[in-house]
Amino acid sequence: MTIKQLSVFLENKSGRINEVTKVLGENGINMQAFSMAETTDFGILRLIVSDVDKAVEVLRAKNFAVVLTDVVCICCPNVAGALSKILEKLAAHQIFIEYMYAFAQGDQANIVIRPSNLEECVRLLAEEDCHILDRKQLQ
Amino acid sequence: MIWNKNKECMSRDELRDLQGKRLHKLVDLVYHNTPFYREKMQELDLLPDDIRTIDDIVKLPFTTKADLRDNYPMGLVAAPMTEIVRIHASSGTTGNPTIVGYTYRDLEIWKEVTARALTAYGVTRGDIVSVGYGYGLFTGGLGAHYGVEHLGATVLPTSTGNTEKHIRLLRDLGVTGLACTPSYALYLAEALNKQGLTGADLKLRIGAFGAEPWTENMRREIEERLGIQAYNIYGLSEIMGPGVAYECGCKNGSHIAEDHFYPEIINPETGEVLPLGQEGELVLTTLTKTGMPLLRYRTKDLTTLMPGTCDCGRTSVRFTRILGRSDDMLIIRGINVFPSQVEAVILEIPEIAPCYMLVVDRKNNLDTLEVQVELRPDSFSDDMGSMLALKRKLSDRLKSVLSISAEVKLVEPNSLPRSEGKSTRVIDKRVLA
Repeated sequence: MTIKQLSVFLENKSGRINEVTKVLGENGINMQAFSMAETTDFGILRLIVSDVDKAVEVLRAKNFAVVLTDVVCICCPNVAGALSKILEKLAAHQIFIEYMYAFAQGDQANIVIRPSNLEECVRLLAEEDCHILDRKQLQ
Repeated sequence: MIWNKNKECMSRDELRDLQGKRLHKLVDLVYHNTPFYREKMQELDLLPDDIRTIDDIVKLPFTTKADLRDNYPMGLVAAPMTEIVRIHASSGTTGNPTIVGYTYRDLEIWKEVTARALTAYGVTRGDIVSVGYGYGLFTGGLGAHYGVEHLGATVLPTSTGNTEKHIRLLRDLGVTGLACTPSYALYLAEALNKQGLTGADLKLRIGAFGAEPWTENMRREIEERLGIQAYNIYGLSEIMGPGVAYECGCKNGSHIAEDHFYPEIINPETGEVLPLGQEGELVLTTLTKTGMPLLRYRTKDLTTLMPGTCDCGRTSVRFTRILGRSDDMLIIRGINVFPSQVEAVILEIPEIAPCYMLVVDRKNNLDTLEVQVELRPDSFSDDMGSMLALKRKLSDRLKSVLSISAEVKLVEPNSLPRSEGKSTRVIDKRVLA
């Protein structure tokens, strides 16, 4: 129940993110979520997209450095304390979160998590009856 | 003031005679003690006795930095190790540094020429001179240091680094002389202003600046901001270090200590010796060195020799400002940097494509070096920590090879220009006008 996340290496200069979104758009690839991790001179753009294999292909053709990473996407109620409960469980089992990003709308919140131990993380979340999203549910 | 009137104001005829005698002795020395030169001379069918006067020098082979590299580490040393009392090292064009060995006598000559320079600037006993060149393998620090002591003035071996402490000592001790790179002098002026001070709060009156190219505008700025007279000092480790040439009170060209270092100007393309007054590459022969004497060493510095006796009374020939380089060497914070050194480091690191761009700039009067390198697409990792570790690995390696720190910038694959030619690999934004 993991999702392939697409990571793209980007220099910190204007127009680079737009270049990625343009290439994806032209190829009919939709973005469901993304986040940007940045340093002073470069950044890593992390994306969840509708067609990850095609995205890799079209971005590589444009000389972008891209890599795929397994992440867990969950859906939890958009109420106070909902995420905290999940994270507490992970922390209690020494699951370290390398990064995460989230988006809440209406009564739901979607969260992308990159944990240190992927399998264990998925197991713990399932135990908790946490709603783990699969690729289809992300469409 | 003139330190050694005998030598510095010698008649040209007498000087040429002395240079001829010294050259003959030198050729005899290297022929018998440096296999490299013996072979070169044998190839040219030359014997030491074929070199009688200074005019015969054109028969001799050139020496290049590549020769020093190929004979690394001590292949060009003419004296036995028991006679070598000091070793300095500077950047080579690739991984190998350039090693120079000095005999005790070489150090005596070095002190002498540096004392000549300091005297020409007006330094006397009673002056305190702060030496802000780096002490160590670089010849700047120790070279200037022993010159000040030999002259009988007081040396303050500040070295590089702690500017705050430097300013404090300049004030508290009433330091009157400053020897450092011209860009550091400006940096110091800046740092003074930040403390609410100006040159008027110091007793500085004389500056000996060198190890990097500078301009008349920089001279004016340094003189105004520090309230001093600023003079050029020229040298290179292969030949000796600072003191090979120096300005006098006239500030019109740098006098070469010609009784020790014989200058020629050549066409860098053809090697042909050019008539006096024409611009070309400066070639120097160490007439009196015994540790690592060099015949016709190609400095790659472009300049012009100026004929005629100077108003200061010195007869030694002067050269104009260094107009540039005939190779791709960069001088950054007084340190020689070759793009090929950066290339060698990049080739060692498999995660980086063999493609780079050097951006040199001057920010707050300090030179900066940015090394842009391309990440290889298959080395990209989603883990920020490992990307930053890669950056650090490269900057640590560069620091140890170049002796100066460089800012590494990872850029996207295939984003750097691919065209050939050295100029496209270096962007020098420093304005030296």
